[in-house]
Amino acid sequence: MAVFSRLRQSLSASRQALQAELTASLFERLDSETWERLEEALILADVGARTTGEVVGKLEAEVAAGAVTDAAAARERLVELLAEAAASEDGGIDLSHSPSVLMIVGVNGTGKTTTIGKLAWHLRTEHGLSVIAAAADTYRAAAIEQLETWAERAGAELVRGSSGGDPGAVVFDAIDAAESRGADVVIADTAGRLHTHSNLMEELGKVWRVAGKRLEGAPHESLIVIDATTGQNGVRQAQAFSEAVNLTGVVLTKLDGTAKGGIALAITSELGLPVKMIGVGEGIDDLRPFDAHEFATALLGE
Amino acid sequence: MFDQLSDRLQETLSEVRSRGKLTEADVDRAMREIRLTLLEADVNFKVVKQFTSQVRDRCLGAGVLESLNPGQQVVKIVNDELATLLGGASRELAFAPSGPTVILMAGLHGSGKTTACAKLAKLLAKEGKRAALAACDTQRPAAVDQLVTVGERAGAKVYEQGTQRDPTELAEWALDQARANGDDALIVDTAGRLHVDEELMDELAGIRKRTQPHDILLVLDAMTGQDAVNVAEAFSERIEFDGVVMTKLDGDARGGAALSVKAVTGKPILYASVGEKLDQLERFHPQRMAGRILGMGDVLSLIEKAEEVSDRKQADDLERKIRRREFTLEDFLQQMRQVRRMGPLSGVLGMLPGMGPAMKQLRQVNMDDRELDRIEAIILSMTPRERSRPEVIDGSRRKRIARGSGTTVQAVNQLTKQFGQVRKLMAQLAKGKMPDPQQLMRGM
Repeated sequence: MAVFSRLRQSLSASRQALQAELTASLFERLDSETWERLEEALILADVGARTTGEVVGKLEAEVAAGAVTDAAAARERLVELLAEAAASEDGGIDLSHSPSVLMIVGVNGTGKTTTIGKLAWHLRTEHGLSVIAAAADTYRAAAIEQLETWAERAGAELVRGSSGGDPGAVVFDAIDAAESRGADVVIADTAGRLHTHSNLMEELGKVWRVAGKRLEGAPHESLIVIDATTGQNGVRQAQAFSEAVNLTGVVLTKLDGTAKGGIALAITSELGLPVKMIGVGEGIDDLRPFDAHEFATALLGE
Repeated sequence: MFDQLSDRLQETLSEVRSRGKLTEADVDRAMREIRLTLLEADVNFKVVKQFTSQVRDRCLGAGVLESLNPGQQVVKIVNDELATLLGGASRELAFAPSGPTVILMAGLHGSGKTTACAKLAKLLAKEGKRAALAACDTQRPAAVDQLVTVGERAGAKVYEQGTQRDPTELAEWALDQARANGDDALIVDTAGRLHVDEELMDELAGIRKRTQPHDILLVLDAMTGQDAVNVAEAFSERIEFDGVVMTKLDGDARGGAALSVKAVTGKPILYASVGEKLDQLERFHPQRMAGRILGMGDVLSLIEKAEEVSDRKQADDLERKIRRREFTLEDFLQQMRQVRRMGPLSGVLGMLPGMGPAMKQLRQVNMDDRELDRIEAIILSMTPRERSRPEVIDGSRRKRIARGSGTTVQAVNQLTKQFGQVRKLMAQLAKGKMPDPQQLMRGM
C-alpha cells in the first residue's frame, strides 16, 4: 500500500482490483515517487483530482497487465493517454455555410473580444474569407469600441447597435448584413457573464435563438472561451453555458503564461466538448489550432 | 461565495460530528476528504498538504481524542486553521499623512482591475475620501474609454492622455494632477500583464518607483487555479504588493486561490468583489470567510450590511426581536425591503448560517423581484394583527388576503409557512444552535 499516495487511495475506483493484480517485482521498477510525481504534475496543471485519477488509473491497469515496464515508458504512455483524453473528432471550425455564424461566449475577462480579433484576422489572411464582427456585447463599458479596434486591425467589418441595446438585434443585423453583402463569416461577441447569474444566462440563450431564427442552423459554432489559468470552476462554466446554448467547442486562452490549462482536459473528458483553438499571446496572430499531443506533453512539463 | 467548499466540509464532518468518539482512522478519513475538497476548491497542492498535516496533528492532540464532542472539535480546528491561513486579523489600506494616497492596481489580463479601480473609488468616496483614477493601461484597446466610463459612473475624475504616452510618464503626470487638485487618493489602473513578461514587469516596477504608492494591490480572479501561487509569488517578488483584491466572487468558483496566495506570499486579501455593479466591493474578512467556508455563516457581514441601510437603533431593535422571538411579518416586510436594497437575494441569503447546502437548492428557487413584489403585496393585505401573529390566519382570512393582494390562497399559505421556517431558523440562531438546512428547505 506504500506505493500509492493516500490521495490516490480515495480517487482510484479500481484500486482494489489493482492491488490484487500488481506483483512485487513491479514495485521495484516503478517506485511510489514516480506515481506521486506524475499525479502531482497533473493536479498542479489543473487537470483536477477526478480526471487525474481516471487517467492514472488507466495507466496503472496497463502496468498491472505488464504492458508498461519502467518509469520512462510510463511517462510516455501517460502523455499518450492524456492526448487521447484531450483529443476529439470535430476539432475544426464549421465554415461551410453562407454565412457561417460563430458565437463567442464565456465568463468575464477570458479573452473573447481579443480572440475574435485574432480569429477574424486568421480567417481573412489564411483562408481569404470576409468577416463581419457583431458587437453584441452591449453591456460592458467601451466593449463596442474595443471590438471596433480589433475589427479594424483584422480587416473585418463591424456591425453594432447602441450601447445598452438588445444584443440579439445586433446578431440579427449582422446576419442580415452578411447575407446582403455576401460576407462569408459572422463572429458574434457577447458580454462576459458569470453562469451563476441565471437572468444573464437566459439572455444569452435568447441571443442564441435569435441567430437560429434569422438563419437556420445558426450559430454554426458556439465557442466558450476558457482562460487557461482557470481552476476546476472551468468545468462548471462549460456545463452551465452548454445548458444555455448549444456549445460546440472551447477556445483555451492565455497559454503563454505559466498555467498549463489542464482544465481543458477535464472539460473534454467530462463533457465531451472539443478544444478547437488556443490563444498564446496578445498579438493578432497568436491563435493556434489545438494539438492534443503537444498539449499533453506540455501538461506534464519538464 | 466559497459555497461548495463549505458544503463539502459540512457533509464530511457532519458524520464525525454525530458520533461520539474520534479514532485515528476517523481523523485520517476526514483529512482525506478535506484534502480532496480543498484540491477541488483549487487550493494549491502544496498548501493542501501542509494544511491537512497541520490540522491532522492538532486533531490527534490529546484534547480531541479524549473529549466528549470530538466531532465538534474537528470542525473548530479546521475553522481555526483556515482562518489563520486566510489571514488572521483584517488589514486596512495605508493612507498618506498628507497629499494624495497612491493606490497601484496590478494583475493578469482580465482579472477585473479596471472595474475594481472604479469600485474602490466609490468605496473611498463613501468613507469621505475623494479618489481620482489614472488611466495607465495604454495597451488594451479602448481600456482608457472603459475607465473613463466607469470612472464617471463612480463619480471619480479620470486622468488620461490617450494611448500614445508611456504608462510610467502618464502615472507621474496623473500624480501631479492629483496633487494639484487636492485629491485624497489616486488609483492607478495598469495594463494586464503576465508575471513572466520581463519587459512588462519591469515597466510595472518602474511605475511603482515613479509614483511611490502607499498601497499596491494585486487583483486576482477567484476562479484562478493552481497557477495562482506562481502569479502571486512573481508579483510579490517584483513589486511587493501589499494586498489582494479577489474578484468575481459572485460566481461559484470555490476560491481556493485565496488560501493559496495568502499561505505562499503572506499577503492579506483586502477586498472581495462580489458583482459587476460599482457598489459591489466589500472588505474581505478572513475569520468570517473561514466560518463561511465551513457553512457556519457570515452573520456579521449580514448585520453590517443591515446597518448600512438602516440606522443603528433599527438594527438593535431587530436583533432584540429575533432573540426574543418577537419577529413578525411586519418586521419581515421591513427586512425584505432592506434586503432588496442590499443586493441580489441569493448573495445575502448565502450569508445565513447553515445555508451552505441549502443554497444549492435555493439558487434554483430563483427569488427574483417579481416574487418579492408578490410577497410584499400579500403582507400589505394583512391586518397589523395578522402580521404580528400569522397563526390567526384561517381560511377566510387567507381568502381575503389573496383577493386583496391579487394572488392565490396557496401563495398566502406558502408565505406563512415560509415565514414560520425563517422564524424557527432565527430562533435557533438566537440560541446559538447550528440550524438544520434540510428542515429549513422542507418549508420552502
